[in-house]
Amino acid sequence: MKQVIQGAHLKDPARGRDQVADVWIDGEAIVAVGAPPENSAAFAAVDLKGCWLLPGLNDMSARVLDQPASELAAAAAGGVTTAVCPPTPGVPLDQPGAVRERLSALPAGPKVKPLGAMTRRHEGQQITDQDALAQSGCAGFQGLKPLADARVLRSALRYAASLDLLVVLKPEEPSLGAGCAHDGAIATRLGLPAIPRSAETAGLARDLALVADTGARVHFSTLSCGESVGMIRAAQERGLPVTADVAIHQLFLTEHDVIGFDAQCHVRPPLRSTGDRDRLIAGVADGTLSAVCSDHTPLSPDAKLAPFADTEPGISGLETLLNLGLRLVNDERISLERWIACVVDGPAGILGGTCFGIQSGAPADLVAFDPSLPFTPAGADWRSGGPNTPFVNWRFEGRVVGTWCRGSRVFSAGA
Amino acid sequence: MTVAQTRSDGSLRHFLSIEGLSRDLLTTVLDTAASFHAATEQRVRKLPLLRGKTILNLFFEPSTRTRTTFELAARRLSAEVVNLDINASSAVKGESLLDTLRTLEAMHCDLFVVRHPQAGAAEFFARHVPPEVGVLNAGDGRHAHPTQAMLDLFTIRRHRPDLEQLNVVIVGDVAHSRVARSQIHILNLFGVRQIRVVAPATLLPEAVETLGVHVVHSLDEAIVDADVVIGLRLQKERMRGPLLTSEAEYFRRFGITRERLKQAAPNCLVMHPGPMNRGIEIESAVADGPQSTVLEQVRNGLAVRMAIMALALGAAPGLDT
Repeated sequence: MKQVIQGAHLKDPARGRDQVADVWIDGEAIVAVGAPPENSAAFAAVDLKGCWLLPGLNDMSARVLDQPASELAAAAAGGVTTAVCPPTPGVPLDQPGAVRERLSALPAGPKVKPLGAMTRRHEGQQITDQDALAQSGCAGFQGLKPLADARVLRSALRYAASLDLLVVLKPEEPSLGAGCAHDGAIATRLGLPAIPRSAETAGLARDLALVADTGARVHFSTLSCGESVGMIRAAQERGLPVTADVAIHQLFLTEHDVIGFDAQCHVRPPLRSTGDRDRLIAGVADGTLSAVCSDHTPLSPDAKLAPFADTEPGISGLETLLNLGLRLVNDERISLERWIACVVDGPAGILGGTCFGIQSGAPADLVAFDPSLPFTPAGADWRSGGPNTPFVNWRFEGRVVGTWCRGSRVFSAGA
Repeated sequence: MTVAQTRSDGSLRHFLSIEGLSRDLLTTVLDTAASFHAATEQRVRKLPLLRGKTILNLFFEPSTRTRTTFELAARRLSAEVVNLDINASSAVKGESLLDTLRTLEAMHCDLFVVRHPQAGAAEFFARHVPPEVGVLNAGDGRHAHPTQAMLDLFTIRRHRPDLEQLNVVIVGDVAHSRVARSQIHILNLFGVRQIRVVAPATLLPEAVETLGVHVVHSLDEAIVDADVVIGLRLQKERMRGPLLTSEAEYFRRFGITRERLKQAAPNCLVMHPGPMNRGIEIESAVADGPQSTVLEQVRNGLAVRMAIMALALGAAPGLDT
């Protein structure tokens, strides 16, 4: 199909674009930006005057494979065109057949890049067939839980390094992780079992030592501590092949949001202090953290209906990712350029690829955002099967109105 | 997000935590408890205030002692009492906890007394009960045990009405203690001069000073000029874990002894919510000695719980002061 998106304000700082221009799409690819291509009369017009047009978002952590129909719709509604799916408690992706089966059953829409299991059945003992899993579509490997056994992890990292494959780690020393809230004044006041910062930093220190030892390419997922940002920066300065991201909710919420036992703010790693939050934002701003993810975890309403510690951790985050990021930009906490880097080029680089953005010859992965329309999370137009969002009462200015994956329109607001 | 514990007219609806309640309202509770206390002392065994009301004791954690005092308090006020012990570990999680609640609602109870191993459980119930039903927290995880704190304050006030002059020492496992948290809140609300918490660092929660206490790691130091010393129960399982060295070392450094009490103010009260580990937290001679209020606390607990139940059900007697 030939189509032309007309009148939108292109915002793609990495390609130096900040202007109103038409984008011409033929089939899966952008064929021209600005000046019309030959045979321009054959292109169907899509009028997006007043809207912004951004490259489609790449989300480094979104659990979309368990309910692909609703969650890929949520990704599309959030402007996410590529979702990296970490392991979930369901069927483990530890065999190429299991990966192929999952991927072949997906509906058309945003692209899913699953992370394969690091060990068989996530049992933490035998490492998986990384080569075969990568061939079947896995973008990298991750454990369902932190690996307690450093010998197994070291082995998995050495093996991955020899194949130049990506390993994703959520750093945590398991023996310090039994809790549900940050070990600080609020957990003390509420009497909640607490997780100290050292649960993350001790795990991260061990993992970084193993990276130095094995040379594996490792991405650290969903950091929560300010100190972790400093550790990543130091490791990068030493030349270690490490990258890291943070979940978008960690850039807004803190331990204080747990007051009142609000189970919607039960996440893992836990929400920490305002100081941690500010250092995470600074890490995004200065580029130490090269991605911001939704850490999308859709949960049934029942999963949050219990005393705090008995509820399941997680936020349904795909549909608020872009709005929250743009609020950080609007609040002048980070630049638009940094924000788009963290959800477009940064993740693409972590995955070992190149992002083409909005330019001729690039795949037509695009998101249109209307800054004049209001957006309320978890409303009637919420696509995710998980209503679990702590941002339910937030009012945003602006919303995603259209998403294109490889030239196909996969989301239209109001449709 | 926090559940309101009072109705729009300011009267008591739920009793979930000391935090969120006013000094005036808690003073009314204490005064009401005093009137019940007098009636009890005069051997008035039963008052008709809650006739026709049903109170459900819902215990997800075994506790014969606490449940019995709530049951007795309810019966003294002529309420119907239903006891339900539920093994939290085997049955109740998530959706089914709410199912349990819905089932219980069908029994048309007027007040739930809830004890649960998870912090926030009483608040969770309060959030989901119908508007005419109250919830009384009988202990939720490490969060709160407000009736215990009320009876402790009631006891202190009977001996020492000059609350703002008092130095209060709380010694023991503050980290895992809902009793200590509620005591700290109520003692601060009523303006005692100083609260000192004493424990090995492993038994103090992070940032405990933000609750409004002074942290001291030596009982010898903390007990100087103390007017009240409150011992906390040490769970036996902590002794076997990595948080403590040995019973002997604990007693040597943190045991409440006659020798140590010599450094306290004269007639310093010695309190303990019970049950006590004699020879670990407290020397027997102190536990049974003249300064101990341990048994008095149990008696006062009855009057305090009667007062809270009566007020929450809108049936408190007029106070003749």
